[in-house]
Amino acid sequence: MAVSHISNALGTVNPAKRMIEMAHRQGVPVLIDGAQAAPHLRVDVRELDCDFYVFSGHKALGPTGIGVLYGRAEWLERMPPYQGGGDMIASVTFEKTTYNALPYKFEAGTPHIAGVIGLGVALDYLSGLGLDRVAAYERELLTYGTATLQAAPGVRIIGTAADKASVLSFTVDGVHAHDVGTILDHAGIAVRAGHHCAMPVMRRFGVPATVRASLAFYNTREELDALGAGLREVREIFG
Amino acid sequence: MSELRELYQEVILDHNRKPRNFGRLDGANRTAEGYNPLCGDQVRVDLDIEAGVIRDIRFEGSGCAISKAAASMMTASLKGKTVGEADQLFGRFHGMLTAAGNGSAAAELGKLAVFSGVCEFPSRIKCATLPWHTVRAALAGKDEPVSTE
Repeated sequence: MAVSHISNALGTVNPAKRMIEMAHRQGVPVLIDGAQAAPHLRVDVRELDCDFYVFSGHKALGPTGIGVLYGRAEWLERMPPYQGGGDMIASVTFEKTTYNALPYKFEAGTPHIAGVIGLGVALDYLSGLGLDRVAAYERELLTYGTATLQAAPGVRIIGTAADKASVLSFTVDGVHAHDVGTILDHAGIAVRAGHHCAMPVMRRFGVPATVRASLAFYNTREELDALGAGLREVREIFG
Repeated sequence: MSELRELYQEVILDHNRKPRNFGRLDGANRTAEGYNPLCGDQVRVDLDIEAGVIRDIRFEGSGCAISKAAASMMTASLKGKTVGEADQLFGRFHGMLTAAGNGSAAAELGKLAVFSGVCEFPSRIKCATLPWHTVRAALAGKDEPVSTE
């Protein structure tokens, strides 16, 4: 089973630990997609007891084209290499090939060295800030931002889970998400507008697309005020 | 602000609120569908063509204000035109949005010139051109849905 730790479209923090327990009771191994979670909350793969955990570098302040794939040794040992090349081999003769030990078995050829170093620095930086502090501050921003959106005319928040990360996905009555996105962009506010590569979720909520403001530790209340002002401008233009 | 007003002109907002020629066309002999997979905009254009003339045209679909207004105004401007004229108009419209500052093309486009402001918003150009690509596919008798990508 593969499941996201935090929904990119809604901000919902899935009860990963409980889901993993349930899957394991049925003998099903679990991969957690933590692209949204790793930079925003402290993740302990042993405590979660997941079989695999993955996340991408560019969502954790790191470079693009690099990420992390954690797998439990017992699974990785059973898996064959997916790619051939330098370093994944311990010895080769005409008769027999012996693969290298973990993790080299899966790291064939010249790796993305610069990316690895960049991601390492980014993760050290995040750890230095303290992910618990990051999460606490982002929770404050989420509360403030939620109130800001609730006060904005015609705004409907999509995704209101009790356990939620600092993602504000919303629609504006009678105005398509892309039009909202363009007006906010013009006001200097970077949001994403669209289906967030989550079309079934959009369908579930009966909307073609949403506007999404994703908050991080470097955002401020003043920026959320600017979002509120931008949304009033949307109303002014669209009437 | 002025750039935004240039994009969201009153005419565009009006066509977005009250799209003209909206819905299916009974007795259409040409149809095509267009889709922008990046943003989810969808449009379907039905045409009734007789002796090389667009006798009637209707559209339906969902999308942003720019794509809806573009489709609405396109249907209004194509009704009664010959297939050749429609093709020419497509070329001018496309040219206005893709070749920056092409004022002469805008002048020849009449009401459609209100879309010239879209130029300043590169991410929105495909919203305005999707219905036009779709109608072109319908005129060419293509069966496959048109995609902006």
